[in-house]
Amino acid sequence: MVKMVEAPEGVEGQGFFATSLDKVIGMARANSLWPLPFATSCCGIEFMATMGANYDLARFGSERLSFSPRQADLLMVMGTIAKKMGPVLKQVYDQMAEPKWVIAVGACASSGGIFDTYSVLQGIDRIIPVDVYVPGCPPRPEQIIEGVMKIQDLARNESLRRRNSDEYKKMLESYNIETQ
Amino acid sequence: MSMAELNNENVLKALTDAFGDALLHSEMQFGMLNVEIPADRNLDIIGWLKSNESLKMEFLTDLCAVHYPEQKGRELAVVYHLHSWTRNYRMRIKCFVSAQKPEIASLTGLYNAANWMERETFDFYGVQFSGHPDLRRILNMDEMDYHPLLKQYALEDETRDDKDDSFFGR
Repeated sequence: MVKMVEAPEGVEGQGFFATSLDKVIGMARANSLWPLPFATSCCGIEFMATMGANYDLARFGSERLSFSPRQADLLMVMGTIAKKMGPVLKQVYDQMAEPKWVIAVGACASSGGIFDTYSVLQGIDRIIPVDVYVPGCPPRPEQIIEGVMKIQDLARNESLRRRNSDEYKKMLESYNIETQ
Repeated sequence: MSMAELNNENVLKALTDAFGDALLHSEMQFGMLNVEIPADRNLDIIGWLKSNESLKMEFLTDLCAVHYPEQKGRELAVVYHLHSWTRNYRMRIKCFVSAQKPEIASLTGLYNAANWMERETFDFYGVQFSGHPDLRRILNMDEMDYHPLLKQYALEDETRDDKDDSFFGR
């Protein structure tokens, strides 16, 4: 059964429908997020289950994985990020086009997890901004889906001007990320 | 030495006959022969073990270091694990160097396997393998400015400020 997304609030009449651009674009973005899986360890295995038929991330419009950051909307970091891997992750984030969202899946990506050690990045938010954190070691697919749904909420309700705001630019600059 | 089966006793005897005083210490650990030799003799003794017709220790299983900060003047042990495929025998060779001057000859001329293992040992303990063709870090990030498995450095990440020691029993 195909389930359609409900139209946003608006004024409807014979032959026309009027609503705000924000809402239409937000609806379209939220239901066609292309994830870039950056899977380095066991959370990546949970993600494979999430993509599989049982849990089926495709139900949320995210079945099209993008292995090129240039075409991805959602960076999903799943697993331990060693400090040596940090610059690679940051470059992947840099290469993504706006608007972009980041989800840190699991304890390691969120905080370093059990790897409180000199060689492991203590959370990816040390180098890139993160929108949603999914706890768990590793989290179940349901939790990962919940995280993606939170990203959908963010995408749906985001103002079209947010990425041009000074606040957003300052936030990126605080991570030493160049803004366009 | 005959082609009888190799065991700890006859290998130790062969080594003693060939090098005598150069064997500083020997012991059995977990059934395996451990021999300590002077750091400046590693090339000729291990080279002999490799080329000797009845021993043929042709495989370098592992090469690593251990830091003993309390042993003044001999803080770093460089450990070689040797394996003779043809004679089915394994043993360990240890050399001690000081933390001030952690220098020892590279085994890359004898075993190609030593190349990456010596880089790793340099990376983590700062042991300088003289004669190594390309002694630079292999696992840690290039920008790292210390050798993290030396015991004066903390194992934990030191940039965290959100840890309450009372939760960790400290």
